[in-house]
Amino acid sequence: MIKLEPRVERSKSWSYLSPVLAILLTLITGYVVFALLGHDPLNALYTLLVAPIADWYGVTELLVMTTPILLCAYGLALCYKASVWNIGAEGQLLIGGVCASAVAVNFVDSTSAFALPLTLLAGIAGGMLWAGLAAFMKLRLNTNEILVTIMLNYIAVNVLLWAVHGPLKDPHGYNFPESALFGDSTLLPVIFDGTRLHLGLAFALLALCATWVFISKTFVGFQIQVLGLDASAAKMAGYKRAFLIAGVLVISGGLAGLAGAGEVAGPIGQLVPQISPGYGYAAIIVAFLGRLHPLGITLAGLLMGLIYMGGEMAQINIGLPNAIIGIFQGLMLFYLLSCDVLIGYRIKLSLPFKQQKTQLTPIAQES
Amino acid sequence: MDLEVITNILYATIRTGTPLLLVALGEMVCEKSGTLNLGQEGMMLLGAVAGFITMYQCDNLLIGFSVAALVGIMASLVFAFVALNLNASQVAAGLALTIFGTGLSAFLGADYEGKTINALPTLAIAGFEHIPVLGKALFSQDAIVYLSWALVLGAYLFFKHHRAGLAVRAIGENPGVGNNLGLPVMRTRYLAVMFGGALAGIAGAYLSLAYTPLWTQNMTSGRGWIALALVVFASWRIERVMLGAYLFGFASIMHLVAQAFGLAVDSNLLAMLPYGATLIVLIMLSKNKQKLKMYEPMWLGKPWHKGH
Repeated sequence: MIKLEPRVERSKSWSYLSPVLAILLTLITGYVVFALLGHDPLNALYTLLVAPIADWYGVTELLVMTTPILLCAYGLALCYKASVWNIGAEGQLLIGGVCASAVAVNFVDSTSAFALPLTLLAGIAGGMLWAGLAAFMKLRLNTNEILVTIMLNYIAVNVLLWAVHGPLKDPHGYNFPESALFGDSTLLPVIFDGTRLHLGLAFALLALCATWVFISKTFVGFQIQVLGLDASAAKMAGYKRAFLIAGVLVISGGLAGLAGAGEVAGPIGQLVPQISPGYGYAAIIVAFLGRLHPLGITLAGLLMGLIYMGGEMAQINIGLPNAIIGIFQGLMLFYLLSCDVLIGYRIKLSLPFKQQKTQLTPIAQES
Repeated sequence: MDLEVITNILYATIRTGTPLLLVALGEMVCEKSGTLNLGQEGMMLLGAVAGFITMYQCDNLLIGFSVAALVGIMASLVFAFVALNLNASQVAAGLALTIFGTGLSAFLGADYEGKTINALPTLAIAGFEHIPVLGKALFSQDAIVYLSWALVLGAYLFFKHHRAGLAVRAIGENPGVGNNLGLPVMRTRYLAVMFGGALAGIAGAYLSLAYTPLWTQNMTSGRGWIALALVVFASWRIERVMLGAYLFGFASIMHLVAQAFGLAVDSNLLAMLPYGATLIVLIMLSKNKQKLKMYEPMWLGKPWHKGH
């Protein structure tokens, strides 16, 4: 029988090893599943995880893919540090994209230097507003933030669809549900010629540093951590719960909104119905896999971006539906949660003959 | 507006509300045992795809729904193991189940998109279906609708009048006390989670075998999440979940209602209605903190392990 024995102290090493173990288990499962499906498992894993970044262009594409995931995940990690279950990065990203597009379509022929900053600010404001709604409903109306943010995600999808079919539809676009192509003045400049890698990456790096300093070096960041660990302790210390919760939600909404703006003003270049293949949901897994630490999140985000790219590649090269992306994501989270048991518990294998031995010493059994 | 329109709206309201009723009932039973399973959406999708594939291959509705229920149970067992045995956060484990179920169902169903099957037929109760207005809505539905009513009645009686129902509620309020009373906490929670899984599976299959009847990726479109809100709406009381489910069913068919009244509202805006309604309902129900706390199972979502 396998028994769980609580540890006296939470194991620090296992909190770092658990994500690695989870990734390994996911890979092993992938290997077995590919083999069962009749694919060459090594080739499939190679297509999924190595082939996408085999060349320089692939590496830049990975960074393009990872940028929105990271922006969302840094913000989500702040929320989760405060024990605020924000599941709404996806909706905040979509609204950010819509708001940015609403500004950008007015600058199609302009050369104004304000066009791009205004577009990005609109995206950030949109995301903040969407998350702010959730904060208002949680703090003032006492609703559960999980359900509220999920519902806001679904509403955001419909806002996006409404926008591309209605007010933001390109009048010269042959009735396609797309906005006009953005002008150069509202597009994020490309960092390396010949790639799609754009300035959004710099924002992601900035967010990495900012959230890191914020959570580990500022007093407000400390308050957020205390609130997340023990709400009553935070109350005793006189920290302002509403301010902190609204703060983390609005910051994470702003980052997700920036991610959305970066997508429409970056690799896509216009508003389309499909601006995100679920980056906001992937970011939840990334935040957990990265142990809510900005550096860990960066690594986990790169892995998640790789899975997205590999999924697309596997669909083209070996004809696997790209839904395997979702399977891998779900599996990874399940494995992570399962491995996390090792942080708080020691696994004890008690064999039948050993049990007899313990029967002789009932006191030892009690402890 | 003539009577036929009202009849049809009532009929469609019940049909649309039925999958919501099933999932919400399952989740409520699960929550009464103190377990919060946010994986409803994933289990519904798995049930929908499993039911559809089975139906396509065997052309037997009973087997189709049974397989869907079984797949729902299997999915719920994964959640139960991670959340109850390994003490993981129930919120995170439920989310994982939803993400996993969404991916797996899309993967399994990729070859079945656009295929057609023989949909679940309606089962008119002779003599009653001709009652004006109510006849079609109440007595000319399909077997799953009647099943959902039977389940609601059964669950109501179980929790109100049966000792075991009381035991489930006691465990949801305080598993430690339940354990001291000699109640099988783990087994009860497992059974409650499995019941939720079975109903979510059937509800998903209802969408792909009766309501649409087609398989498309993500076809549940948030119904699993709305069901979670419905449980709050119903304040964990069985009889109220039925009212809630049909109210939401009505909100989801607003486009039909708008058509009947000759209103031209953007379809994408109308599509927001069920989600918007969910928010409004959550706000109305959550305003009174004390009242909500009173109805909510006290141990909801908190881990518990023997010997703590």
